[in-house]
Amino acid sequence: MDFQLTDEQRALRSGMRDILAGRFSLRDAVDRVDRALWKELGEAGFFSLALPEERGGVGLGLPEAVLAFEEAGRALLPGPAVASFLAAGEVEGAWSGDAVVTAVDGTLVPWLAEADAVQGDVSGAVALRSVDPLTPLHRVPGPPRPGRGALLYAAEQLGSAARTCEMAVRYAGDREQFGQPIGAFQAVKHLCARMLVRAEVARAAVYAAAVTRDTREIRGAKLLADDAAVRNARDCLQVHGGMGFTWESEVHLHLKRAWVRAELGQRADEAQEALAAAL
Amino acid sequence: MDLTYTEEEEAFRAGLREWLASVLPRLPARPSPQDWPARRAYDTSWQRMLYDAGYGHVHWDAPPTQRLIFLEETEKAGAPYVGANFVGLLHAGPTIASEGTPEQRERWLPPVLRGDEVWCQGFSEPDAGSDLASLRTRAWRDGDHYVVSGSKIWTSHAEVADWCELLVRTAPVSEAVPKHRGITWLAMPMDAPGITVRPLRTLAGSTEFAEVFLDEVRVPAANRVGAENDGWRVTMVTLSYERGTAFVGEVVACRRVLGEIAREARANGRWDDVALRRRLGRLGAEFTALWRLTQWNVSEAQRTGGVPGVGGSVFKLRYSHARQELYDAAAEVLGADALDLGHAWNLDRLSSLSYTIAAGTSQIQQNIVAERILGLPKGR
Ligand SMILES: Cc1cc2nc3c(=O)[nH]c(=O)nc-3n(C[C@H](O)[C@H](O)[C@H](O)COP(=O)(O)OP(=O)(O)OC[C@H]3O[C@@H](n4cnc5c(N)ncnc54)[C@H](O)[C@@H]3O)c2cc1C
Repeated sequence: MDFQLTDEQRALRSGMRDILAGRFSLRDAVDRVDRALWKELGEAGFFSLALPEERGGVGLGLPEAVLAFEEAGRALLPGPAVASFLAAGEVEGAWSGDAVVTAVDGTLVPWLAEADAVQGDVSGAVALRSVDPLTPLHRVPGPPRPGRGALLYAAEQLGSAARTCEMAVRYAGDREQFGQPIGAFQAVKHLCARMLVRAEVARAAVYAAAVTRDTREIRGAKLLADDAAVRNARDCLQVHGGMGFTWESEVHLHLKRAWVRAELGQRADEAQEALAAAL
Repeated sequence: MDLTYTEEEEAFRAGLREWLASVLPRLPARPSPQDWPARRAYDTSWQRMLYDAGYGHVHWDAPPTQRLIFLEETEKAGAPYVGANFVGLLHAGPTIASEGTPEQRERWLPPVLRGDEVWCQGFSEPDAGSDLASLRTRAWRDGDHYVVSGSKIWTSHAEVADWCELLVRTAPVSEAVPKHRGITWLAMPMDAPGITVRPLRTLAGSTEFAEVFLDEVRVPAANRVGAENDGWRVTMVTLSYERGTAFVGEVVACRRVLGEIAREARANGRWDDVALRRRLGRLGAEFTALWRLTQWNVSEAQRTGGVPGVGGSVFKLRYSHARQELYDAAAEVLGADALDLGHAWNLDRLSSLSYTIAAGTSQIQQNIVAERILGLPKGR
């Protein structure tokens, strides 16, 4: 047993981080997918990571996919990345990033107007005024349809949780009040410590679920990662004080996206019921 | 990332399982926490059995993964807890193994492994708990002895211990000697004249820990581990072991107890309570994740080749709270029976209250995580 990242996995993660770093402006991403970036991601193998080589994919496994989606979550990559990834072997152009694919998930459809293809029945879909400015949402009538990609959403949540922890720590080290960095105050320090703990527990759960592919572990991983992303974003906002409440700071975008993702792939109540039933 | 065990590791597991299956059925139940002398005898004879079977050393020289398998399998099989051997096996022993002289290792390690000698930990004092470095128990040199006076508190198993890992002040605090200097780590024989042990009753009703009064106790200078006034560094080694892998087996136990709680809830109708049921489901995810986090930390220790790192603080913080939530959920399932100490869960619920205090409180762990992992400035 060696439950640590291999050198290749580390390289993959930093490669993804480089592609995403500063490549898109969050402000410009409202209501549209950056097609050039989508294509670039496709060429880098992002959507085809887990496709077997004989089908034109990269032939890596779920752990690698999870590392890539963690980076997407850190960077708040706009667009239906999870649905497009899952469609890679099913919809023409999805694996290469030429097609933007979305899917019905529960009662929601993200990015419906921008998508080239939709998986699922969207008749009667009604646009919501989405809480997340970077995720347009439609709602479809009828009974909810089970979502896919819970673990990939969990990975994005993990990336976001780790990122908001870092943002809080950086701000706490820079911002001074009462003649010292606010991070020297225990009330602030303890918020940050708890953020790290949440992110690290979620990380262990998400990575292990990617390795074992066990249904229960995937459920638990999504549950804990949802919680880490939402609560870390809230705490990050608190650490930023008034600055955190502004549209200008990125904090609210993490929180709002975390709320959206918590509804996709699998909801907390479903996970808890399923996990309880398995006890 | 690889969660499969090597053939060698699986062979170790299989051998251990087989041995456990052959000895456990004949083992009587562990005596009650009201009777520590009986517990000591029980715990040390279990250690002796492990030693004779070749598992005595597992906490020290075995690779971390093997230690993990050992803790997992013994817990799964319902083997006895380390109990009175806790300090000797899990922190004094490893400290002496890494910081002691060859003579010291020869003197103290084999008896711990054989279950012949039991250790306790004399760190905390009435005025030095979280702020351990402000300890005041003094020791001065008299020929080839240290003479020690002062008092220690919350010393677990002091009543039944043969040795104490004792922190003393060998140089008074001054401008030249800040409080973290001037501390020395001694091995004190608990039968030396001048030692008085006064058991304290815990909120669970047992006498698990004690006050220890030291009145001019003579300790041979040869019992000093590390240099004089360099005890703080040695202490950090001890504490990293204490927080490192000490709770591994317990996570496995918590998962088992959670299953029992769910069964009880199904049987008594509490399962129909949606909120309670979902809480139990969530705890399932929690303990699975804590187990995975343990494997993560152990893998890291294995790679870096040594002492468990500050990752132990991350684990300890989350685990101590999860354990309390587990027994709170148990109490909800039990309803009025949660007031009956006849039910084992209720005693465990009481003892779970110490988890956020002992071995460094949650507040102190949060300081450690914030300062040492996140690099936030030290507070005043
Ligand atoms: C069951 C049990 C067994 C134990 N066994 C042993 C043993 O065998 N040997 C041994 O040496 N010790 C032992 N201890 C002692 C244990 O290590 C101490 O209780 C613990 O370190 C806390 O110290 P304290 O009790 O003096 O509390 P204090 O340090 O007085 O703390 C009281 C409260 O103040 C908070 N606090 C203190 N300082 C800070 C700070 N800087 N920032 C924020 N909050 C702070 C604490 O978090 C806590 O909430 C045991 C304790 C228990 C409960």
